[in-house]
Amino acid sequence: MEILEETTGEKLLLLGNEAITRGALEAGIDVATTYPGTPSSEIADTFSMIAGEATKKNKNPRFYFEYSTNEKVALEVAAAASICGLRSLTCMKHVGLNVASDAFMTYVYIGCKGGHIIVSADDPGCHSSQNEQDNRYYAIFSGAPMLEPANPQEAKEMTRLGFDISEELKLPILLRTTTRLNHIRGPVEIKKLKEPRRKGYFEKNPMLVTTPAVARVRHSELLKTLKKAEELSEKSQFNYVLNFGKPDHWGIVTSGVSFNYVKEIVEDLKLNIKILKLGMTHPLPKKMCKKFIKACKNIIVVEELEPILEDQFKVMAHDIGSNVKIFGKSTGHFSRLYEYNPDIIADAFSKIFNIKNPFNKPKGSEITLPSRPPILCPGCPHRATYYAAKKAKPKDVIYPTDIGCYTLGRYKPLEMADLLLCMGSNAGTACGLAIATEQKIISFMGDSTFFHAAIPAIIDAAHHNHDVVITILDNRTTAMTGHQPHPGTDLDGMGRKAKRILVEDVVKGCGINQVEIVDPNKIKETTEAFKRALEFKGPAVIVSKSPCIILENRNKIKRGEDIFIYEIDQEKCKKCKICIAQFGCPAFYYGKDENIFIDIQQCNGCGNCATICPFDAIAPREVTK
Amino acid sequence: MKSKTSIVLTGIGGQGVITASNILGKAAVKAGFNVYVSEIHGMAQRGGTVDCTVRIGDVTGALIANGAADVILSTEPIETLRYIKYSNKNTKIITDITPVIPFTVSAGMEDYPDLDKIFEELKKYGLLYKIDAVKIAKEAGSILTKNTVMLGALAGIDILPFKSQILLETILENIPKRYKEINKKAFEGGLKAIKNH
Repeated sequence: MEILEETTGEKLLLLGNEAITRGALEAGIDVATTYPGTPSSEIADTFSMIAGEATKKNKNPRFYFEYSTNEKVALEVAAAASICGLRSLTCMKHVGLNVASDAFMTYVYIGCKGGHIIVSADDPGCHSSQNEQDNRYYAIFSGAPMLEPANPQEAKEMTRLGFDISEELKLPILLRTTTRLNHIRGPVEIKKLKEPRRKGYFEKNPMLVTTPAVARVRHSELLKTLKKAEELSEKSQFNYVLNFGKPDHWGIVTSGVSFNYVKEIVEDLKLNIKILKLGMTHPLPKKMCKKFIKACKNIIVVEELEPILEDQFKVMAHDIGSNVKIFGKSTGHFSRLYEYNPDIIADAFSKIFNIKNPFNKPKGSEITLPSRPPILCPGCPHRATYYAAKKAKPKDVIYPTDIGCYTLGRYKPLEMADLLLCMGSNAGTACGLAIATEQKIISFMGDSTFFHAAIPAIIDAAHHNHDVVITILDNRTTAMTGHQPHPGTDLDGMGRKAKRILVEDVVKGCGINQVEIVDPNKIKETTEAFKRALEFKGPAVIVSKSPCIILENRNKIKRGEDIFIYEIDQEKCKKCKICIAQFGCPAFYYGKDENIFIDIQQCNGCGNCATICPFDAIAPREVTK
Repeated sequence: MKSKTSIVLTGIGGQGVITASNILGKAAVKAGFNVYVSEIHGMAQRGGTVDCTVRIGDVTGALIANGAADVILSTEPIETLRYIKYSNKNTKIITDITPVIPFTVSAGMEDYPDLDKIFEELKKYGLLYKIDAVKIAKEAGSILTKNTVMLGALAGIDILPFKSQILLETILENIPKRYKEINKKAFEGGLKAIKNH
């Protein structure tokens, strides 16, 4: 396995996320935990793959790894291990830290013993997220020291050395990444793998119980530790100045992936300038920053999202009585929105320096292109559930949705996603909608989301007898993030046998009496179940069970089974368009003369189109995929 | 030799665009070059449009500026045009000719433009190479080798700073043994198609 390469000095092409995992292995990681979420998922998936291979060979993996029920649990599990002296890593997407924040904020008060890296994968531009919150604020908010890598090499080294910083300060470290760090590949020079400690010991200490009296003491201790952290930041190899040409009184302050674009553009434009590249951004190395301010008359701050460095540099300039002019978001040269790219930075620099932008303005084609948004895969069982629910013909129905593939049910022709806040919000908002309106409510969530965050809301529905239909789309995986296991699967993240928790058992345990289990591929029966649920006064839950077609087909190929793809008998087809215009499987398309065809590249062979066709015009072909 | 080579790879989630980008990056490392690759994961992969970039040589960033691509390598005609902002008049544009109809078109919400018009439009932006990658992949033995056909085509335009043999070796190293022969055929098919263009 390449990620476990032992040849020191070898260069591997690693994804930023893989580099983080490698860094943890070079630091002797003992415990790694997560809840999967793009763009963080491959960090944990790499741990899972390593552990899974070891399990297959009946060997002990180097470390313990788990896909936890949610990010809060992931953080608590790893924090306890770190308190016992083990080295731990917890990774999650940015909004995952909101879920874990209750534990996180107080954890920083009591601190850790073994090093603990908490990875927050932010998503400027919302590639795969419901917001683009800037989690650097969490470092300032909590007091946790923060590292921000710019490329995979730095991500690996920051993770490796972050454990030392964490142990020196006895504080967890926030490793703040962004999509273009997580999902870029770059060369990474590897170092030796370190043996883990394997077992820790819990030393009892009253200061670990955060009663108000203890919390007051710990807060004061935290502020003292932050002074020490600032000294480490001054000496950190991740904070440095780079000179280009013959720098005069212009400087650039930057961090994270913005540095990559800034450096190339400074070189392309042959600017005479110095760059303060900050990698340890909380606490800032104030002496170093102030020295930089003093050496400049003008500073450009380049950072994605919020003006966090910019505001701190203004404060520091004020503190030393400097009149330095700071260009950034407040001067309108940079945006607080979305991710940056070379064009955005070149455009800002060309305005600031009054020079020509070296890059072309994008020339738009006059041809209008059809959009191609992400969609539910051909053969996805969620489509069958949606279709069946719609066939129950409820009038004026609201469809609260959730985080996962089924969010894609919002597109035509289904249009069955009306309200979304966060993980688990379908059930909570369903309850509120039932109180506020006379409208019918059918909410949707996945099985992993159910375990993650929806259980308290379902208890709320049961306890208050809210008149809602809550649907759990149980496809036995966490599909959107890359098919990770969850408490409802019978293998864990290390490939070991695990207790499978049944969704319907939990729902019944929450006090819901009207629970039906359906196979969505039996569309008529599923529709009938939705009708019964809608008629029921009070909370009704439908558990729609069918495995993710992508995973199922992968397994079929592994088992050597055939996947039959479907075709339309043009003689029998009456062009009623139910398959294409109502069911909306993306494998269907119009050919010449409005004839309908199934694209062999896309069909996944679920066969639901054959079920819904009123004219028996669709059947499996002879050929297999 | 140029000190930077910037390649945009586009297509649709599930067509192997990310795999192709990754293999191209690995080949560059194997040939001793510095390289950065950017990928798109997660939601965008569910049948949506995908754009990856590979930058080889004296580079620090993975993203490509407008008009700064040396090559656009695309597995679907409208996806080629969607990312045309990366091209300049010297950009080599390699596109597969087989459309994959977006569901927005199937569902009657939008129209798929006339193919010939797309190709005429693409010619305005750079040097266009059209290849029938679907046909070549099927001839090689599987439609799934389409991304390997595209890499073969890329090797055929002599823009990579290393030998095409290194790219082929990297492809073969990264796939199971039973698919090696068909991928070799697919690569050579793509290469030949460009040479005969």
